[in-house]
Amino acid sequence: MTDALSPAAGIPKAKPARRDIGIKRRYAAERRFRAYGIAALSFGIIFLLILIWSVVSKGYTAFQQTMITVPVEFSEQVIDPQNERATDPQKLMTANYPILARNAVAKVLGVAENDRAGLRAVNQMISDGVRTQLRDMVVANPSLIGTTQTVSLLAAGDLDSAFKGQIDLSVPETNRKVSDRQVGWMNQLAESGALAKHFNTGIFVNGASSRPEAAGVGVALIGSFYMMLIVLVLSLPIGVAASIYLEEFAPKNRFTDLIEVNINNLAAVPSIVYGLLGLAVFVNFAGLPRSASLVGGLVLTLMTLPTIIIATRAALKAVPPSIRAAALGLGASKMQTIFHHVLPLAMPGILTGTIIGLAHALGETAPLLLIGMVAFVANYPTTPLDPSTALPVQIYMWANEAERAFVERTSGAIIILLLFLIVMNVGAILLRRRFERRW
Amino acid sequence: MNILKLSAAALVASVAFAGAAAARDQVQVAGSSTVLPYAKIVAETFAETFPNFKAPVVESGGTGGGLKAFCSGVGEGTIDVANASRPINKSELEACKAAGVTDIQEIRIGYDGIVFAADSSNGDMKIEPKDLYKALAAEVVVDGKLVANPYKNWSEINPTLPKGPIAAYIPGSKHGTREVFEEKIMSEGCKEAGAADVIKGLVSDAKQAAAKCIAVRKDGVSVDIDGDYTETLARIAANKTGVGVFGLAFYENNMDKLKVATVKDIVPSTETISSGQYPVSRPLFFYVKKAHLGVIPGLKEYVEFFVSDDMVGPEGPLAEYGLVAAPDDQREQVRKDFEAGKTM
Repeated sequence: MTDALSPAAGIPKAKPARRDIGIKRRYAAERRFRAYGIAALSFGIIFLLILIWSVVSKGYTAFQQTMITVPVEFSEQVIDPQNERATDPQKLMTANYPILARNAVAKVLGVAENDRAGLRAVNQMISDGVRTQLRDMVVANPSLIGTTQTVSLLAAGDLDSAFKGQIDLSVPETNRKVSDRQVGWMNQLAESGALAKHFNTGIFVNGASSRPEAAGVGVALIGSFYMMLIVLVLSLPIGVAASIYLEEFAPKNRFTDLIEVNINNLAAVPSIVYGLLGLAVFVNFAGLPRSASLVGGLVLTLMTLPTIIIATRAALKAVPPSIRAAALGLGASKMQTIFHHVLPLAMPGILTGTIIGLAHALGETAPLLLIGMVAFVANYPTTPLDPSTALPVQIYMWANEAERAFVERTSGAIIILLLFLIVMNVGAILLRRRFERRW
Repeated sequence: MNILKLSAAALVASVAFAGAAAARDQVQVAGSSTVLPYAKIVAETFAETFPNFKAPVVESGGTGGGLKAFCSGVGEGTIDVANASRPINKSELEACKAAGVTDIQEIRIGYDGIVFAADSSNGDMKIEPKDLYKALAAEVVVDGKLVANPYKNWSEINPTLPKGPIAAYIPGSKHGTREVFEEKIMSEGCKEAGAADVIKGLVSDAKQAAAKCIAVRKDGVSVDIDGDYTETLARIAANKTGVGVFGLAFYENNMDKLKVATVKDIVPSTETISSGQYPVSRPLFFYVKKAHLGVIPGLKEYVEFFVSDDMVGPEGPLAEYGLVAAPDDQREQVRKDFEAGKTM
């Protein structure tokens, strides 16, 4: 600066010195920052793609199930040899249905009736689930006895895996669960069109099963639905009421500060802690049943409440004070101001927070472990008091299974869970778009 | 808002239902993850065979967790059956007694083999307990002195083991399998390798000496797996020179990916385990609350169905999955004891 004001000032300026404001450097800095941003974003996208790819590439086959379509003879000889079904209704329930299926497939393959090893090998190719499949057909329509019907029978899990190429058939025969003879039969049936992949509705509607081919997420879906309903119905009104009071009515003092710190703290508490609390309070003290989705819903409500309270308070804070001032100025009571003006404007934020809280609760397993919901449940729950399980729990249970066919089903269940999460999050975005107001 | 009111009403109704529907109409089971697949098969077949009963609910959570829930009291809010991959221990029995769970029936369902396997790319492996002891113990005897485990490669111990650095994936301490591993491999190997005598000379207290024998090295060579066998399988697939501990049933379902080791020259199979030749096996149990029999619908039938030869027999579905059936007279004894109401 002193140089600029030197005596040389008297001399007329030749050329105005170019002001060096570092424009190049600043542009370069901006370009660099953009590159960092794009790099960070692509890093995230790459990992997302890897995750989706690994799940989808392993799991898409779970939505197809190998079936063997053969004419099954509902032989009276096997089902009811003494013709007692009119007097003894149990007869139809306990008949040896798997034999029917085995004989039907053996007939198509041309396995002799005295080839016991062959018949056993055929039996291993068919799921044990055919017992209930054929039984339900006969019980629903006893006139089927004595006729021959074309039935699509569930293939056993190992055959299903082999047909989908998930079992390495190049290793020695003793080192795998399907024998060379069964592989030959599989190819023979596939060529004739009897053995084919069909859409697997079972994975959506069946309950848990120890047989992979008959296992599904049906019970888990119902359980998750009940829990989400309970969480929504309980945590939304409680959370909104608590935050309106804290934000609009409560005096600002040390005590409310303490409450605020505690709420923020609770939002960060590991979810297993809520499970311990649920076990002690709801199951042991209140005597509610174990493994029930009601208890699961209550535990998840406790877990979701802080999230909803924090989101709701932020949404209420974001409503400009001018709205409140105008309403009060026109003579509205405080209550009218809040319920007629502030709350509707804060609604999109509240709903987004709620849906994110719900999506979080939908993916929780840890708090459910202690209240007995990480369980094998085969029967559909009719009320929230019946034992049930949840979607992420089903994924966890399947991931621990030994059978190869459960590997694809685990990924299949993850795909189903991801679809639900996507639907919920898209819903949150749509709600925000629809109701959002900008000032 | 209408939907909200409707669902609120539905919830209130269902909570009001709670009082009315208190009576439990299905059996509740919890416990060992080793017994879990067998219990699931029985529960499923039970519901199919007895359409008038609901399928039992089977929780996992480990032997310890199951017995803890089992011993928390008597009544509909508590579980009826605890699955266990080891016998109930003294402190658990005392906890049970303190909570009023006095009449417990112990039921032995069969045996489970524990196998050692590596990735299928390895050659045939022959393991002796002393090999695993030398590879995995925290301290081994070299030249008559107890020193921190110096072995780095399997080849320093046994040429049939995978070529490369030692890596082992053994069950974590919450698994019942760990106890069997410690007793049948580490403790046994300690004696075979002659380390037990050296340790006895150094430590006078028998308990401490035994603990020194089964102490596993902590330098990252041996990894405790607290998850299930699927995790061990994934570790083996990632590390071709690693040896993992599996249940026989799990191994049989994944034979194309694993190479099993013989122990004392015996190949693990249902035959060698039931005959007692294969050394690393253990009995599996479940425990029933006698007070719940006749109160919880289907409990008695479930237990009877479980111990029938249709389930636990050598031709039954459990044996098909990998359970090693107990000898005929033992199964008959178990059934007799249950009928007679024998308690612990």
